[in-house]
Parts: sequence; C-alpha cells; structure tokens
Amino acid sequence: MKHDIIEKRVGLLAVLIALVISVGGLVEIVPLYLSGQVTKPAPGVMPLSALALEGRDIYVREGCYNCHSQMIRPLRGETERYGHYSLAGESVYDHPFQFGSKRTGPDLARVGGRYSDDWQRIHLLNPRDVVPESNMPGFPWLARNKIDARVTPKKLRALRSVGVPYTDQQIAGASAEVAGQTELTALITYLQGLGLASQGWK
Amino acid sequence: MTPGLSAFIIILTTLNVVGAVWLMLSMRRRRGDEPGPGAETTGHVWDGDLGEYNNPLPRWWLWLFFISVAFAIGYLVLYPGMGNYAGRLGWTSINQHEAQQRASEAQAQQIMARFTGKSVAQLRDDPAARVVGRNLFANNCAVCHGSDAHGNPGFPNLTDQDWLYGGAPEQLEATIAGGRAGVMIPWQDALGASGVENVLAYVLTLSGRSVPAGDVATGKQLFAANCAACHGEDAHGNQALGAPNLTDHTWLYGGSVDAVRASIAGGRQGQMPAQLERLGPQRVKLLAAYVLSLGAGGGSGAAAP
Repeated sequence: MKHDIIEKRVGLLAVLIALVISVGGLVEIVPLYLSGQVTKPAPGVMPLSALALEGRDIYVREGCYNCHSQMIRPLRGETERYGHYSLAGESVYDHPFQFGSKRTGPDLARVGGRYSDDWQRIHLLNPRDVVPESNMPGFPWLARNKIDARVTPKKLRALRSVGVPYTDQQIAGASAEVAGQTELTALITYLQGLGLASQGWK
Repeated sequence: MTPGLSAFIIILTTLNVVGAVWLMLSMRRRRGDEPGPGAETTGHVWDGDLGEYNNPLPRWWLWLFFISVAFAIGYLVLYPGMGNYAGRLGWTSINQHEAQQRASEAQAQQIMARFTGKSVAQLRDDPAARVVGRNLFANNCAVCHGSDAHGNPGFPNLTDQDWLYGGAPEQLEATIAGGRAGVMIPWQDALGASGVENVLAYVLTLSGRSVPAGDVATGKQLFAANCAACHGEDAHGNQALGAPNLTDHTWLYGGSVDAVRASIAGGRQGQMPAQLERLGPQRVKLLAAYVLSLGAGGGSGAAAP
C-alpha cells in the first residue's frame, strides 16, 4: 500500500477528508435548499409585525428557547396536544429559527390564541399566579421595560437584507408601531401570533 | 425534487456505498507473507529500523461492516432514501402519522361510543364520563382555571354556584364550545377620578361593605346612568352579557378595594378561548358534564346569594 502518497501530503489529505465527511451533508442538506421546501413560506406565513419582531427578540434574549421548543414533530402524541405538525416553510422568516432542542415547558409553535392576552400577562409576570405547579421563572421586568423604538427599523432592514420581504412602509412605520410599548406587550404579541397560519390548513 | 437533484443524491449515495465496500475489500487480506522479512509494512519507520506491519482489519469487524452495508442496501430498497424513489414499502412519516391518528381515533371512539347520544346531565351522572372529562379538563382547562377548578383572579371558579354566563348544561356547553369574551370598558375618562371613587363606594355597599371616601348617593346615580345597562338596575348582573352580579361576595378580579377600583377605572377584558375546533363536539360535551359535576350544578341564576 502506498500510504505515503496521502500521508505525506497534508493538502491532499485535507481535501480527501473534506470529501469523505461532506457526503452526508451533500446528500441530506444541499437538496433541501435547492428544492424550495425549506426556503418558501408555507401558506399564510407572513413576516412578523414590528411589535411581534421586538417580542421575538425578547424571547431570544430571555432564553425562552432553552425550555420551549417551536417544533411539533409528526408524532400522534405531539399533534394531539399541540396541533398540526410544524412545516419547514413556517420558519423561513425566522433568523435564527427557534426550533429549540429541549422541552422543560410545552412546545410553543401553535400557542397563538390558545390562552387569553390576560393569561399570558399574568403568567409571564409570575407563572404561579395561574399555574401553582409551574417551575417557569417569572419575568416581572418585562412590564417595566420599554421597547427601544430607535433600533426597530434597523432590525427590519437587517432582516430584509437576508430575504424577509418587509416593505418600505413597514420599515418606515416600525418605530411608531413599537413606540411606548412595554417588552411584555411585545412578547405577548409575538406569542399570540405563533402558529396562526396553520389554522387555515386542514 | 427535480430529476437532477434526485440523480445527484442517487449517484453520491451509490458511490459512497460502493466506495466503502471497495475500501473494506481491499483491506481484507494480509499482503505479503507472515511477519518476517518481506512482509508488507506501512512504510512508517521509527528509530531507523522500527517498521509497522500493514495487517488487515479484524475479521469480526469486517463482518459487522458488511452486515451493515447489507442493511443499508435493504433499507434503501424498502424506504425512501434514493432521491425520488419512494421505496417498496411506500412509507412516509406523514402516512405513519395519519395511520397512528386513525388507530388512536378508533380507540377513542370505542370509549366515546358509550357516551354518544347522552345529554350533558346524563353524562354528569356517569362516573366513566366524569373520568374522561376530568382528564380533558386537566389537559385543556387547568392552565387557567386551576387543576382543582377553583379559578384564579380573572379566571372564574367553576366549583361555586356563581356563573357569569349561566350554569345550565346547554349554557356550559356553549361557553366551552364557542368561548366567551367579557368586556368591561374603562370608566376612568368618562367618570373622572372622583366619579370612580363614588361608584366604587356604591358598588361596595351593595355587598354590605363600605369605603370611607366616595359619596354613595352620587355613586348610585352614576351607576344607574352608566353601569346598570349591563349589570342591571339591581346590580344582580346579566348572564346574557356575562356581566357579573355585584351584590354577592364573588369577585372575579379580586374584591379588595384596590382591585375593584382598578376594575372600574381600567375596565376588564375576560377571554375564554373557544374549544370546539380543537376538541370536537363530543369532548366539549364531556367537559361540560365534568364542570357541571364540580358545583352543585343546575342553572343557578345570577340572583343566587
């Protein structure tokens, strides 16, 4: 065997290693990007409103994804509890997506409209006020903090540059939409919109 | 998937499997003689004379490898893996999910069959129906109404006899199926701060309490002009509107002076989400039966003490 040919040429060795380990990705990941299944929005999926987008940033900042997934798998137990299984096309405007990987709390992919705004408010401030058994932390500061409206248009523009179809009007009106709103309102707006697109599917 | 992409996947997968088998086959045999002069070495040399034999992989390991290759080929024939080829079994995760749903629904129907055609009141008296109802309640209702159904501020207690929208079986069923939206508008702007205090004073006297501030007589006039439309002249509430009785000691949003003041000044927005779409009519009925079994039941009116 001519081990030397590969072993003494580090460049060739690196290229061959890269080839071998990329087969899985080339076969399983690349076709998804090219086939449009994961790049086109599912029916009814719209970019988040400016206020909901700010709420989403609160969701990320507070680390909600550490305990809540947004990914309903096509398993009976999950669809029975949460609703229609998640489609790739529902996350096309999510940068980054919030699939999550751990469920200490329930999945939130379809939590929109499931509880009232009031319930969400009480529950976010102190979950034990409505669910005594809950081990979710309270987030009382959300009611005190105001959204910084100056950066909202920048966020929309940044998202537009990676393909989220925000219009010029939406960007122009973004600051006004979130001005004076609390982080709590923004987060509830985001949560109450989660999964609503799926209500039109059957 | 386009034919090109499909071919891309098939070719790469095949090359990968064939290449791996070739690699293993080429490593199967010892080359050259047994250890000794002339046996093949890897060519690595240490300390001037230490070589390394190019021995084959252990036989058991090779066999495990060939078995896994055979498994992979069988898998790719039976299941979708090769591009657009659907596999001999026609399996998809969606088909599997739907089959599981059908099986589970059939199982549920067996249990539900004994409940069909029964009225809510009949179901209330059926212990088996109450067990199913209790499980449904724990999964769907307890988050707001509490696992003991005693409610929380803003979310009604279901075990007392005080019903915002009526406690008769058909009213309970309607509430669960279609949800409710109870709206009290804020009165701060219309009444002004002193007006709110006066109405507050009057409202608290209705249940036999009093507040030092506030003029009860003025409050009564304001109440008649503004509040009686929903809560009624006698403040006994109106179940058609979900307007609570203000003369009892049940307070949906808390009965402290501050809480009642906040209700008057800022209004309240109660919302019960509709369940029919999610649960279907039969489960809604079972839930109504369970809720009916919690209190003394019956259609105790808004005028209940």
